[in-house]
Amino acid sequence: MKTEQPLEGKILTPTFLLCCLIFLISLIFMAKRFIYGLGAVSNMSDGYPWGIWIAFDVVIGTAFGCGGYAVALLVYVFNKGEYHPLVRPAVMTSLFGYSLAGVAVVIDVGRYWQVYNIFLPWYMNPNSVLLEVALCVGAYVAVLWIEFTPTFLEKFGADNAKAFMNKIMFVFIAIGILLPTMHQSSLGTVMVIAGSKLSPLWWTGLLPLLFLISCIFMGYAIVVFESSITGSRYRILDESHLLGKVSGVMAWLIAIYLVIRFADVGIRGHLNLAFKGDLLGNMFLLENLLLLIPMGILFVPANRKKARVMFFCAVSIVLAAALYRLNTYIIGFDPGNGWHYFPAVGEIFVSLGIVSMEIMAFLWFIKRLPIYRRL
Amino acid sequence: MEIKRRDFLKGLATSAVLAMAPPALASSSEKSRLPDALGILYDSTICVGCQICMVACKRANNMPPEYYGPQRQWDNPVDLSAKTLNIIKKYDNGTQKEKDREIDGYAFVKRHCMHCVDPACVSACPASALTKDAKTGVVSYNKNACIGCRYCQVACPFNVPKFEWDNPFPKIVKCQLCSHLLAKGQIPACCGECPTGASLFGPVADLVKEAERRQKMTAGKYYEFPVSEIASKKIQIHKAKNYIPNVYGKNEVGGTQVLMLAGVTFDKLGLPMLPDRSYTALAENIQHTLYKGMILPIVALGGLIFLVKRTEKKKE
Amino acid sequence: MKDQNFTGPIREKLKGVSRRDFMKFCGVIAVSMGLPMGAGTQIAEAITNPKRRPPVIWLHGQECTGCTESLLRTSHPSLEHLILDLISLDYHETLNAGAGHQAEAALENSVKENAGKFILVVEGSVPIKDGGIYCMIGGRPFTDIVKETAAKAAAVIAIGSCATWGGWQSSAPNPTGATGIPEFLKGTTVVSIPGCPPNAYNFLSTVLYFLTFKKLPALDDIGRPKFAYGRLIHENCERRPHFDAGRFAEQFGDEGHRQGYCLYKLGCKGPVTHANCPSILFCDVGSGAWPVGTGHPCFGCTEEGIGFTIPLHTEADIEIVTPAAAHAPIQTKRGAGVSTGSAALIGGIAGAAIGAGAVVAKRLGDKDKGE
Repeated sequence: MKTEQPLEGKILTPTFLLCCLIFLISLIFMAKRFIYGLGAVSNMSDGYPWGIWIAFDVVIGTAFGCGGYAVALLVYVFNKGEYHPLVRPAVMTSLFGYSLAGVAVVIDVGRYWQVYNIFLPWYMNPNSVLLEVALCVGAYVAVLWIEFTPTFLEKFGADNAKAFMNKIMFVFIAIGILLPTMHQSSLGTVMVIAGSKLSPLWWTGLLPLLFLISCIFMGYAIVVFESSITGSRYRILDESHLLGKVSGVMAWLIAIYLVIRFADVGIRGHLNLAFKGDLLGNMFLLENLLLLIPMGILFVPANRKKARVMFFCAVSIVLAAALYRLNTYIIGFDPGNGWHYFPAVGEIFVSLGIVSMEIMAFLWFIKRLPIYRRL
Repeated sequence: MEIKRRDFLKGLATSAVLAMAPPALASSSEKSRLPDALGILYDSTICVGCQICMVACKRANNMPPEYYGPQRQWDNPVDLSAKTLNIIKKYDNGTQKEKDREIDGYAFVKRHCMHCVDPACVSACPASALTKDAKTGVVSYNKNACIGCRYCQVACPFNVPKFEWDNPFPKIVKCQLCSHLLAKGQIPACCGECPTGASLFGPVADLVKEAERRQKMTAGKYYEFPVSEIASKKIQIHKAKNYIPNVYGKNEVGGTQVLMLAGVTFDKLGLPMLPDRSYTALAENIQHTLYKGMILPIVALGGLIFLVKRTEKKKE
Repeated sequence: MKDQNFTGPIREKLKGVSRRDFMKFCGVIAVSMGLPMGAGTQIAEAITNPKRRPPVIWLHGQECTGCTESLLRTSHPSLEHLILDLISLDYHETLNAGAGHQAEAALENSVKENAGKFILVVEGSVPIKDGGIYCMIGGRPFTDIVKETAAKAAAVIAIGSCATWGGWQSSAPNPTGATGIPEFLKGTTVVSIPGCPPNAYNFLSTVLYFLTFKKLPALDDIGRPKFAYGRLIHENCERRPHFDAGRFAEQFGDEGHRQGYCLYKLGCKGPVTHANCPSILFCDVGSGAWPVGTGHPCFGCTEEGIGFTIPLHTEADIEIVTPAAAHAPIQTKRGAGVSTGSAALIGGIAGAAIGAGAVVAKRLGDKDKGE
C-alpha cells in the first residue's frame, strides 16, 4: 500500500506569486481597518452589520472546510475504511478553512482587543447561539491542528511521537466529528433570531438542520473538487473510483436536503415568493437549481466515472451551498426602511487576501508535507 | 450507499428531530412582563414633531450632533445611529393636509430602544454585554464585556443597537432609558421635556392601562392626558383622534416596555410587523433543546469515540 | 417713591427730566439686565442720591471712538443727562471741555479725590510692543496710564471689542502688540462689554448695577455680563424660523433676501456669537434696528476669534446644534451600493474562476479520454 509523500517541486510558481501580491495588497486594507475603523474599508452599516467577512470568510469558509468532517463521518462513523486516502487532504483543507475563518473573525470583530471575553466564564452567555459557534469553532481549530500533527511528525521523522499521537488520536477524531455537527448546525440557528428581517424563503426553524446537511454534501463536493484539481495538475494516485462513490453519497444527501427545503417553504406557504421574478426569488431558484442539476447527473452511475462531469457537479454543488449561506446571511436579509449593501473594494480585497493566504499555504503543504499518495 | 450504523443514526436522527420540532416546545422559554418594569408610552396622535425629545436626549446622554448630507447647520439624523439614540420620523402622503391621516396626511413616530420583554440582543450577545435589568427591565450595554461582533444588530427586530463604524475602538450605542437619570430619581430626558405628553414615562403596567383608556376614547372629544410621567399628575387637555385599535408593543415579539399608539397603521410608520411570539424564544429553544446540560453532545461524543475506536482497530 | 418726594431737590438735579421719563429709564435698565421691576426704584435711588453719583474716568487707547459715539446716541437718557446728571464723567478725551494740561490735571485730581471709588472705563486696546510707544497721551505711554489708573479704580470696565481682546488691531500681524484690558491687567477683575460698537445700554446697565448693588453683575468665564452675553444671537433672532425651515438668502438682493430669509449662508455669525442684539436692538427706533434686522449678516463683533478673524461671508461652524424643523422620513436610502471598483473586482474574480475551472475541466477531459 502506498503511503502519503510530499509532491516536491518549486514553491515560487506564478500562482504562488500572484497570491502573494494579492495578500500584500490586502494587508494595506487590513491596516486601514485597524487605524480608521471598520467603516473605512467596508460597506457594512447599521442596517447590514455583517458583510462578506462573516458571510463569506466565516460561514462559507468553514463550510468549505467541512471536507475533513464529511470524510471522517464516512470513514469512522459509517466504517468505510476504503476512503482513508481522502482523509489527509480533506483534513488539510479543513485546517485552512477554519484557521483563516478565525483570522477573518479577528479582523471583523469591532472590539478585537477583548475578544477573549467570550472565553471568560463570567462573561459567557449560555443563551447565545454565537457563543456556541465561537467556542466550537475555536475548539475545532485546535482539534484540526492536533489531527494534522502526525503529518508534521512524519515529515520530521519523529516516529515515536507519531506512534503516541496515533494511539490517542481516536479521541480527537471523535471530537472532530462532534464539533462540526454542533457548530455547522448552529451557524444556521444564528439566523433564526433575525426573524422578520430574513426573507421567508430562507428563514425557518429548520435552518440548523439544513445548514448541517448542506455542509456535509458541500464537504464531499469540496473533496471531489480539490482532488480533481490536484489530480489534473499533479501526478498522484488516482482516486477517481473513490470520488465516484463519494459523489453517489452526495446525490442522496442532496435529495434529502431538497425534499426538506421545498417541503418547509411550501408548508409555510411562501413558495409563491420563489416565482415572483425578483432578486430573492431568482436567488432561491438558482441556489436550488445548482443542486438539482448535479443531483440528477450524479444519480446516473456512468456519470460518476467521468472526471470532468464530476468536477462540474462538484463545482455546482459548492456554489449552491455557498449561495445558500450567502442568501441566508446577506441577500435574503433586509433590515427594512431603505438599507442596502454591496461589498466595498477594500472589503473584497481583505477576503481575497485571506483566500490567497489559504492557497499559498495549500501549495506549500502539498509540496513539502506528506499529504497525497504519489504515483 | 448502504448505511448500517443504526445506533449512530438514531442519535443523529434524535438531534435532527429536536431541531425540527421547536414550535411544539416553544412556550417553555417565553418570558413574561416584569411586575416593576418601567417604560414609555408614545402617542403619535398628540406628538407635534417639535423634536425637543431629540435635543433633550442628546443633552442628557452627551451625544454629538449628526449631519446628513452636506449641510452642517442642524442636527439632522435620518435614523438612529451611534450618535442618535432617539429620533422623530415623519410619515407623509400626498398633500399632507391633515395630521394622523393615511391619505393626504402625515404622522410622527418616535424611534428608540423598545426594551423588549424578551430582548433578542440580550439573548444574542455572546459576551453578556447587553443585559436586561431584573427589576426595571431596562436593557443596557456594558462596553467592557462587548467584543464588537454586532450580532445584537443582526438580532434586534427593531434595528436599535448601533455601531461606531468610523471609530477604530468602537462601541455599540443604544437607548438605555436614561438609566443614569433614573438612578438619580429623575425620568428619561425625552419624557421629561415632552411638552404634550406624547412621550409618557411610567411603570409599564400603568402605561398599558393608560393606553387602553385612550383606545376607548371617542374621536373628536376632549380628554385629559398626563404629561411627562404618569405619576406626576400634570395634565393636558387634547382632542382624541381616531386610534388604530391596537397598541404596538403590547404583544409584538412577546411584548415591549415601550408602547405606541397611533392614528395611522404602524407599518406606515416604518415599524416592523412582528408576530406575538419572539424569535428569541424560538432560537433559545433550539439551542437549549440540543445543548441542555450538554447531555446530548456528551452522549454523542461517547458514541463517536466507540465508533472511531472500532474503525481504527479494524484498520490495524 | 411718591410724586411729591420727587419734586424739589431731585427735580432740580434732573433738570427737566420728568419723573415718568426717569422711571422709564431706570425700568429699561432693570429689564435689560433681567432684574425684577422693583430694582428700577432702587436704581433710581442710587442715581438721585448726590453722594452716589458715580464718578467715571474714561480712557481712550487704540480705537475709533465708535463706542463713545454709540454711547452718545442713547435717547433715554440723552447724552447731556447722562454725563451731567446720571454719572459724573470726570475725564473723557472726546467729551472733555478742557484740553491739554488742563485736562490731564482733571484726570489727576479725580483719581486722587475718588481713589477706590471711581469706575474706570477703557475704550481701545493697549499697544504693548516697543515699550508702548504706539499710543502716547500727554507724552506718556498709554500702558503706564492704564496701569496707574486701574490700580486705584473700584471697578474696571473694558468697553468695545478692542478693549476686550484687542479687536481689529490685534488681527494678524498685529504690529503694535495690541492687547485687551483683561489680558493687560491680568489678575484684576475686568468687566468686558465687547461689541463694535457695543450696545450702550449693556454698558449703562453694568455701571448702574454696580452702583446700586455694590457688586458686579454675574459674569461668564471671559468676563462678559451674563445678562447681555449669556445667549447666542441665533437663539433670539427673528429670522430663526427661516433657519429651522431651511429657507436661506443665497446672495444679497435675491428673492430669499427680500423675503427676509435667514442670512446664515451669507456668512451670518449669529449661531456662534453671544450677544443680546436681537432682544434690545439699537438706537431706540423700533423693531428691526440691528444688523440682521436690516438684512446684513451678523459679523460676530462680540466674539473673540469670530469678529475680525473669520471673513465676513464665511459660513460659521455651528457648535451647539439642534434639529431642523424638517423631519427624518420613515424610509431613507442608505448603505453603499455597487461601485465601479467593487463590481469590476467581483467580475474579475468570477472571470478568473471560470478560466481556471475551464483549464481544470480540459485536463480532466483529456484524462477521461486517456482512460
